[in-house]
Amino acid sequence: MSDIETPVTVRITVDGQPVDARPGELVIDAAERAGVYIPRFCYHPRMKPVGMCRMCLVEIDAGRGAALQPSCMIPVSPDMTVVTDSERTRKAQEGVLEFLLINHPLDCPVCDKGGECPLQDQTVAYGPGESRFVEEKRHYEKPIPISGLVQLDRERCILCDRCTRFAKDVAGDPLIHFQGRGSSTEVNTFPDEPFSSYFSGNTVQICPVGALTASSYRFRARPWDLEETSSTCRTCSVGCSVTVQSSRNEVLRQNGVDNDAVNWGWLCDRGRFDMESGRSDVRLTDPLVGGTTARWSDALGAAVAAIRATIEAHGPSSVALLGGARLTNEAAYAWARLAKGVIGTDDVDCQLGDGLPADLVLGLPRATIADACTPKGTIVLVGPDVKEELPVLYLRLRHAVVEDGATLVELGHGRTGLSRYAARTSYAHPGGDLVERARLVAKDLDESGPITVVFGRTSLAEDPAVLAEVAAIFLAKGARFLPALRRGNVFGALDAGLAPGLLPGRRLLDDAGPATAVWGSTPAAIGRDATAILTAAAAGEVKVLLLVGADPVADGPDRALAETALERATVIAVDTFLTESGTRADVVLPAAGPSEVDGTVTNLEGRVQRVNRKVTPPGTARPDWMIAVELADRLGVEFPQDPDALLAELGAVADGYADVASALDRNPDGVLVTGACPLPATPTARRAPAPSGSTLRLVLTDSLYDAATQTAQSPSLAPLAPGTVARLNPADASALRVEAGTVVSLASARGAVDLPVVVDDGVPAGAVAVAANQPDCQVNRLLDATWPVTDVRLEVRR
Amino acid sequence: MARLEPANVEIAHEIISRYPRPKSALIPLLHLAQEQDGWVSDEAMVHIAELVGCTPAEVIGTCSFYEMFKREPVGRYLVNVCTNIACQLLGAEDLLHHAERTLGVRAGTTTPDGLFTVEDVECIAACTEAPCLTVNYRYFYKVGPSDFDAIIADLRAGRRPTRCAAEPGEDGEIPAHGTLHRVRQSIPGDRRAGNADPDTAGEPAWLGAGGAS
Amino acid sequence: MTEETVVAAGPPPIVRIVTQRFDHPDSHTLDRYVATGGYEALRKALAGSPGAVVDEVKSSNLLGRGGAGFPAGTKWGFTPPGVWPRYLVVNGDESEPGTYKDRQLMERDPHQLIEGCLLACYAAGLSQCFLYVRGEMALAQERVAKALNEAYAAGFVGRNILGSSFSVDIVLHWGAGAYIVGEETALIESLEGNRGMPRLKPPFFPAAIGLYGKPTIVNNVETLSNLPWIVANGADAYKQYGSETSPGTRMFALSGHVKRPGVYEVQHGVTTFRDLLYSPQFCGGIRDDNRLKMFIPGGGSAPWFFEEQLDLPLEARPVGAAGSMLGSGAIVVMDHTTDAVKACLRVVRFYARESCGKCTPCREGTNWLETILQRIVDGHGRPSDLDKLLDIGDNISPGPYPAASWTDGGLDAVPFPPRQTTICPLGPSSVAPVVSALRRFRPEFEAKITKRSVNIPLHVEREGTRV
Ligand SMILES: Cc1cc2nc3c(=O)[nH]c(=O)nc-3n(C[C@H](O)[C@H](O)[C@H](O)COP(=O)(O)O)c2cc1C
Ligand code: SF4
Ligand code: FES
Repeated sequence: MSDIETPVTVRITVDGQPVDARPGELVIDAAERAGVYIPRFCYHPRMKPVGMCRMCLVEIDAGRGAALQPSCMIPVSPDMTVVTDSERTRKAQEGVLEFLLINHPLDCPVCDKGGECPLQDQTVAYGPGESRFVEEKRHYEKPIPISGLVQLDRERCILCDRCTRFAKDVAGDPLIHFQGRGSSTEVNTFPDEPFSSYFSGNTVQICPVGALTASSYRFRARPWDLEETSSTCRTCSVGCSVTVQSSRNEVLRQNGVDNDAVNWGWLCDRGRFDMESGRSDVRLTDPLVGGTTARWSDALGAAVAAIRATIEAHGPSSVALLGGARLTNEAAYAWARLAKGVIGTDDVDCQLGDGLPADLVLGLPRATIADACTPKGTIVLVGPDVKEELPVLYLRLRHAVVEDGATLVELGHGRTGLSRYAARTSYAHPGGDLVERARLVAKDLDESGPITVVFGRTSLAEDPAVLAEVAAIFLAKGARFLPALRRGNVFGALDAGLAPGLLPGRRLLDDAGPATAVWGSTPAAIGRDATAILTAAAAGEVKVLLLVGADPVADGPDRALAETALERATVIAVDTFLTESGTRADVVLPAAGPSEVDGTVTNLEGRVQRVNRKVTPPGTARPDWMIAVELADRLGVEFPQDPDALLAELGAVADGYADVASALDRNPDGVLVTGACPLPATPTARRAPAPSGSTLRLVLTDSLYDAATQTAQSPSLAPLAPGTVARLNPADASALRVEAGTVVSLASARGAVDLPVVVDDGVPAGAVAVAANQPDCQVNRLLDATWPVTDVRLEVRR
Repeated sequence: MARLEPANVEIAHEIISRYPRPKSALIPLLHLAQEQDGWVSDEAMVHIAELVGCTPAEVIGTCSFYEMFKREPVGRYLVNVCTNIACQLLGAEDLLHHAERTLGVRAGTTTPDGLFTVEDVECIAACTEAPCLTVNYRYFYKVGPSDFDAIIADLRAGRRPTRCAAEPGEDGEIPAHGTLHRVRQSIPGDRRAGNADPDTAGEPAWLGAGGAS
Repeated sequence: MTEETVVAAGPPPIVRIVTQRFDHPDSHTLDRYVATGGYEALRKALAGSPGAVVDEVKSSNLLGRGGAGFPAGTKWGFTPPGVWPRYLVVNGDESEPGTYKDRQLMERDPHQLIEGCLLACYAAGLSQCFLYVRGEMALAQERVAKALNEAYAAGFVGRNILGSSFSVDIVLHWGAGAYIVGEETALIESLEGNRGMPRLKPPFFPAAIGLYGKPTIVNNVETLSNLPWIVANGADAYKQYGSETSPGTRMFALSGHVKRPGVYEVQHGVTTFRDLLYSPQFCGGIRDDNRLKMFIPGGGSAPWFFEEQLDLPLEARPVGAAGSMLGSGAIVVMDHTTDAVKACLRVVRFYARESCGKCTPCREGTNWLETILQRIVDGHGRPSDLDKLLDIGDNISPGPYPAASWTDGGLDAVPFPPRQTTICPLGPSSVAPVVSALRRFRPEFEAKITKRSVNIPLHVEREGTRV
């Protein structure tokens, strides 16, 4: 023990009251915790203070006499005296507000921020009664779009540096910047270079005036017309906390909420704006049977008839279920019980052949985001481009590296959004030496701090068994794993048992335990995964295919297989939109979307959070859980009749979920479900054939904006899909004599697509990187999901 | 009006190499672009962003802060008349008006022939020689109206201005706007001590050898 | 060197330290520098320990010449122990209105500055030096560049200087026109390639966290130019000149309505304003033997002085106690023909144009002050404007603003420095002319407002003022 112990609290005085502050805490925060709110504009608790606006000036005496100091910049010190309500403080704050207002246009009646504007509010509370400014105000062109999503009104801007600091320090995209100097300082982008950040919407949220507004929200509502509820974003598996705001039964806005464990208040633009799809005109509103509108009872009847007849004729495993990663936990549970407990099939998979083996995901020791971001810890990224697929996790990891001294090591098939922060990158040729490289990387890891592997598919065109081998290597180093699967509630679905060989609560089928007691029975044998299900359907073995929020044709890795499977099987699709797969379905059941159901979701850490209904679904669309309950009912089994009861039953069969409901009432940041299933034996991946000189190996990745239904149906986001390009290493480009923009044909043994070339030294030589599921190109025509890798021949189109 | 030319790219790399962090070279590189084109074009800023590893928005953020960088073309000769207090006291405002009248432009604008841009500037550190002005940052002291006319006449005629007690620069010339100086620092490779990298540099050798600090 | 004789009732004898070579037309060359004892201090220092140089400079009590007047040797001692590397940033951004000395030192004796940088680096263990020259000073940049090239070639700068283990690069860097960059934290931002916006200090001063987050000594050109003489001749020799608290000499630029404007190096602390303004060795009096109306004692940021302050010595403490500062050694003299309102507007306008824009009170307040003053000068003033000016000033710089005592009005001095609601002193500097002018010359403002009189002559236009 050292002689000097760091005190846990620093005693200061705020307005005469003693306050116990944390060491290093800023005066503005210490005062706020003690109930004294100091007005502010530039200070934001998740960003480094700059002390620009001077609104938070208070009298601080740290032993050398009281002086006006910005409380957002001054850390507490023992015996400090802070006075926030003196005449001097009041005059300074009034002065700052007067200064801020002299050039402010005061166009509050037509400003989106009016009614929830810190400038308005603080003017009322701390401002001068009248303005003494009689001269001409500063003028700028009224709102200019700085991106497709965000508009900037420079007249309203008070130059607080929040958006610009966010862009640079939080998002790492310094694309908006102060320009000019002094009173002609403005925020702007470089000419003709938009603020194309995946996180631009956050600047709208943190702008303390109406300078930055979201194009999608402009003039749509006044704040006092909005009703709101807290919820959880379901766009990806990070599970950011949000508030959902609606007016007249339309969701108009979704803002980030500061959840210390997860998103720190931030959202990505996809998560923020894809609520637009909820009010789309082309939402499914009524069931379809054989392509024509039907009544619910007829559609459910048709579905049940098909299921019952098939079970009777061919046994339960002639019925299979794909999907469920988009559901709430309650719905996922209801569907899992329907498939496994009622129908009796284990041919169930919530992933579409683009994920990881479920038992591997549920068997690895799990890390939280905070574990991964431990200061001075080590993060190993073996997986997708986190910036594209789990954007707010990208923000957290970036922060850990840039601000907290974590070390990032990246293993994969080419440059990702995080590569520039990596201490070491090691890019393998797909199908090549990823395992070998993992060994080398593991050998050099600093084991003095925690090691977290952010773990997912490095390419959708490569056998994931390779990753199981990689996992084993880091497991031996004592690493924990943060699984990087993308789909919204895929982890809730896995926990509910929507995967072959699994039952709710991360239990293996042969360890049925409480499920048998509650359900009566569980499937006898381990079922097929998505690829095997589709193969079986294509072969006529699976006869009824339930698609629950799944679109294997567009969104699966193997389009041809999915097409054949859907052609041969009787397809019952549950979805919010008519997807490509849905158009091939015999029965389509319209489902409620996000913000239209109550329940819980589970994020990639295993953290359960609530989602809450804000609006009612369009037409006759129903919550997914209700559809499962109705089907079960018609199959003769009574399920719990509401989300709370379903969650309670989930708790009864899955240990980790036992007290979740009451725990959630106590912990608004969510409740972590722990526990793991036994880890499967490490398979040996099928070795890929050696690449031939004349072909390129395909690396298939996801990008943030794609043709996924909610994104494609959100008018703000749809245009942002980057489109499909073939990214080539410069060496390959010059060997093949192609240059940027050349249109080439990529042909595999399966199919061919035409794409323009982009030359990118972040792609390993001998590989071609392509984004999956873009609206302009069916790249999944190239793949056979059973191949260990996909090789393509490149030809220049003339 | 473009990216830096190859010879300038070479100079740029040399300049960048003198700093522990490439972005430190931003202002010198903007001067280099201005020397090449007479002003700083968007293309040049994009190129500089690539050279120092930041975004064009960051480059324009810096560029637009500093008065000397012109983001639109200016005249061949930038005539900066100081009107700050010391010069004002000795007639700077009249000098500025005289300049505006004789050249037929308002301060901040350029003559139609593209030769002269007049600016009303802050103190240029020649206060004891008021009123004073600079042409492309070469000084002219105690400038009366007739002195001004003579300077302009000389420049129009392509002559070196001789009329004033001036300090025109090492070579006595007034090169076109953008060429700030004609002598560049060059550090011979074998004499170079090397950058002190903020992340890795340790205690300097001579302290260990010579004594405490 | 100069003979020391006590002259009764006159200014102390002229001593030239930093300007000693100025009379040589080739003072900027290496040849002249070496021929006049240049780089001998460096040799002497290298023969001894760095600590010996620190001791000498500390003992000389050399005060910084950039404006704040902080003792140079003490500043070196503020670097945290064991944190490397440390940098030297030379502040050659001279832009304070009225200031004209650093440019001369760079143009006329660049080697003296280079040697000063080397001594500082050697003494304080500074591993790299950046010499930041104001962008507009083309000749200074050329002269410093040339001198550096000569010094590198001759082995005075760079690797293993003069065969020793002392190695340091001096990198010439240049600005691009922004007064605020002279403020040391803005200077560091600018040197990092950013907008020159000051950083808040405290909590961290550059000596602890500066360039690239590392300990950084920022020194003014004139400060460093003193080092070769001090090291060569010793602190004791230095302390023979000037006063005890302000030893040595200091350069002052005298401009405005004096007979012989110029830059004079005088003994610090013992010479008075009256000496500078009236002694025939210096300015020789007010032009046309006019009456003195006011003078700015230390650059545009300094509150104004009047006749009452003429006998103050050129020393920080008494000048501060009298309500102003010596600042950057810039004295601007205004005779009775000067329009106080216009002069005030002109100085305010400077700060409005040069505000970096970071702090609300400075960005908006300086501009507002300028707009109101311009309106008054244009004949559209309102009676309420005057109190408004003072109140806006109070919102930038709260509490009684420093001002000189004034016998006629019976007002006492409010000591310098002012308080501020801003990050750096630029904003509060804009209040200096407002308070100074309004306190002393309020009737002139009132006359402008009530009589719409816009024609108080500012100066007499003269042809051929060339000397
Ligand atoms: C607004 C402002 C402008 C300044 N301008 C200069 C300047 O042009 N040159 C200078 O040397 N110091 C200037 N200073 C002072 C510097 O911040 C710093 O105190 C000085 O460079 C330290 O050097 P010294 O200790 O050698 O005096 C300025 C300060 C302020 C607040
Ligand atoms: S006081 Fe003015 S110049 Fe100084 S930091 Fe603030 S805005 Fe910038
Ligand atoms: S909130 Fe502290 S200065 Fe802006």
